[in-house]
Amino acid sequence: MLQSLLRWLFPHPLLTVLMAISWILLQNEFSAGMFVFGIILGIVIPIGTARWWPDRPQGFRGGKMLSYTLLVIYDIIVANIHVAWIVLTKPNSKMKPAWVEIPLDLKTPEAITLLAGTITLTPGTVSADLSDEGHSLLVHALDAPDPAAVRDEIKTRYERRLMEIFQ
Amino acid sequence: MIAETFLPLAIAFFLCVGLLFTFVAAIGLLKLNDGMTRLHAPTKAGTLGIGSFLIASVLHSFLMGEPSMHELLVIGFLFVTAPVTANFIAKVNLHTRSCDMPDAPSVDTTWSTLDTPEVDKVIASNE
Repeated sequence: MLQSLLRWLFPHPLLTVLMAISWILLQNEFSAGMFVFGIILGIVIPIGTARWWPDRPQGFRGGKMLSYTLLVIYDIIVANIHVAWIVLTKPNSKMKPAWVEIPLDLKTPEAITLLAGTITLTPGTVSADLSDEGHSLLVHALDAPDPAAVRDEIKTRYERRLMEIFQ
Repeated sequence: MIAETFLPLAIAFFLCVGLLFTFVAAIGLLKLNDGMTRLHAPTKAGTLGIGSFLIASVLHSFLMGEPSMHELLVIGFLFVTAPVTANFIAKVNLHTRSCDMPDAPSVDTTWSTLDTPEVDKVIASNE
């Protein structure tokens, strides 16, 4: 009974939290009234839009997600410097852009979206396309003399962690 | 007291970092010579370059005594939307075949952007 009520009130608990936080940040001031109104928005909007949403992802691990976010931010900074160096010093003729195919072990759409977003945000690689049945991801690398190494790095560094977050 | 000495330094540091990376992105956009490699430059400026500008802006608002956290929201939205834009530009490149084409995937039959339905092929052949 209580469980079904909670499930009705919070169809997507994380979305509720996100809505409340964005509302408070948008108002740019923190007061009790703003907080309560943020919570109200966070309850009403997910309920109103719940029927258009897919099921909420099962077994999402918040703690692992946090450490994953920190890792990605660190990688963005390191790789940005690396790519800036390539852009400034390497002549176009010596650059070896390559398409890299990444066979996916991830199944849930949320996890695949996160992986594709991570790949684009980290410099040097842009995710371009999925295969028609969604079993592999097409990635374009700016300068990859060895495409297999890029594939292995993405698989061990990001996909393995995402598997742990979503399963 | 400490804040008044170190905050301006931190602001200057973040502004310089942002400037550096946006500048490199602009150079990259001019220098690189192919649709797909060019795509790499602006998506990168969008993350670290604009991120540092916005952090500098947050610090400046604290220094001025009017704390503002709007910028964090901007960073959040930027990080969510930038990959989508890059993905769509890449898809257009693939769709118009204006770049080197990738090999077919090893698991499935083709890439989804290149997957033309039979009906469309019939229409195209009739025109």
